Amino acid sequence: MEIKVLGPGCANCRTMEQLAKTAVKELGIDAEIEKVSEIQEIMRYTMSTPGLLINGKLKHSGKPLPGLEKVKELIKAEV
Amino acid sequence: MLKEAASFITYDLFKLGHGSRLADAVAFFIYDTAKIFLLLSVIIFVVSVIRSYFPPERTKKILSHKKEFIGNILAALLGIVTPFCSCSAVPLFIGFVEAGVPLGVTFSFLISSPMVNEVAVVLLWGLFGWKIAAIYMGTGLLVAIFSGFVIGKLRLEKWVEEYVYQIKTGGGQEVFKQAFRERLQYARWNTADILKRVWLFVIIAIGIGGFIHGYVPQDFLTHYAGNGNPFAVPIAVAIGVPLYSNAAGVIPIVYALMEKGLSMGTVLAFMMAVTALSLPEMIILRKVLKPRMLGVFVGIMTVTIIAVGYLFNAIL
Repeated sequence: MEIKVLGPGCANCRTMEQLAKTAVKELGIDAEIEKVSEIQEIMRYTMSTPGLLINGKLKHSGKPLPGLEKVKELIKAEV
Repeated sequence: MLKEAASFITYDLFKLGHGSRLADAVAFFIYDTAKIFLLLSVIIFVVSVIRSYFPPERTKKILSHKKEFIGNILAALLGIVTPFCSCSAVPLFIGFVEAGVPLGVTFSFLISSPMVNEVAVVLLWGLFGWKIAAIYMGTGLLVAIFSGFVIGKLRLEKWVEEYVYQIKTGGGQEVFKQAFRERLQYARWNTADILKRVWLFVIIAIGIGGFIHGYVPQDFLTHYAGNGNPFAVPIAVAIGVPLYSNAAGVIPIVYALMEKGLSMGTVLAFMMAVTALSLPEMIILRKVLKPRMLGVFVGIMTVTIIAVGYLFNAIL
């Protein structure tokens, strides 16, 4: 599974990355988490950062950030 | 009721004598703190719920291909309720331009958002009364509408970095659905988050009002930007432009300046300059704007804020 966190690198984006990492670990799933901070690449999917991309599909964007449970749900749905 | 509670704590719990300077200051401090935090909690919560209905995607759709002027007014108003984190300014700018939101309208949004928000309004309301809060909000919107309108009229599209026009956004059009329960949850989380970030500034501001009242010595700024000086407003704005703070952070300074006898218009113009214009923001916007465009933006904003400051001083 491929997970990408979209964001230029502010506090919210870092929180989002941490959420994804924790969720993957707690679910025991083998997934690659990548941080995308290039603006052209981000804009292909969303203009509200941070964005969460799972297997190439946008699953969340912008504030408010989803909770850990919500992130787990989103990831589980794509397994 | 809050007043009684504050009196009870001061005179009965702390056993401070009636009428003493310290007792009055403590009672004032407790009352003001309780009042402002109550106001802040309720209003941030309500605004957060409203905010959850206006994600940037929806705002973009509303503003896309809007006529100028009407568009500027709408953009300034939506700037109050659309949530976006400061580092999203660049993707947001590109997204708006790409969706056909006129350049001037986009600017009205970007100007109003950090300057006019619920935290600024509640703090001014709690510390200086609702009239000052209403005036700040009204003129803040006016500055955003007017500056954006002028930028639109100047037809500066060529001074936006070229790559902005080449980016094609793929998706990001959809608005993720939320249950009402989720909106309330978000509002609670957001209220706690904002309070955590601003409480110290608020306490400092109230402390200045309660304890330093009347004891603050005259200094540099009062000397050069005091009431007698016709250039007080431009000087205060010139000092405020490079400084950066959110609305809550600037409030203690605003309170201190008021205590030192600066007039309301000068102080509010200073507050607008600090919240709406800053070096970090310029650095972020430089990614999408050519230096000339940045210069025009800062110039128009500075002149408009100065004009508003003079207007206040004349009518208040």
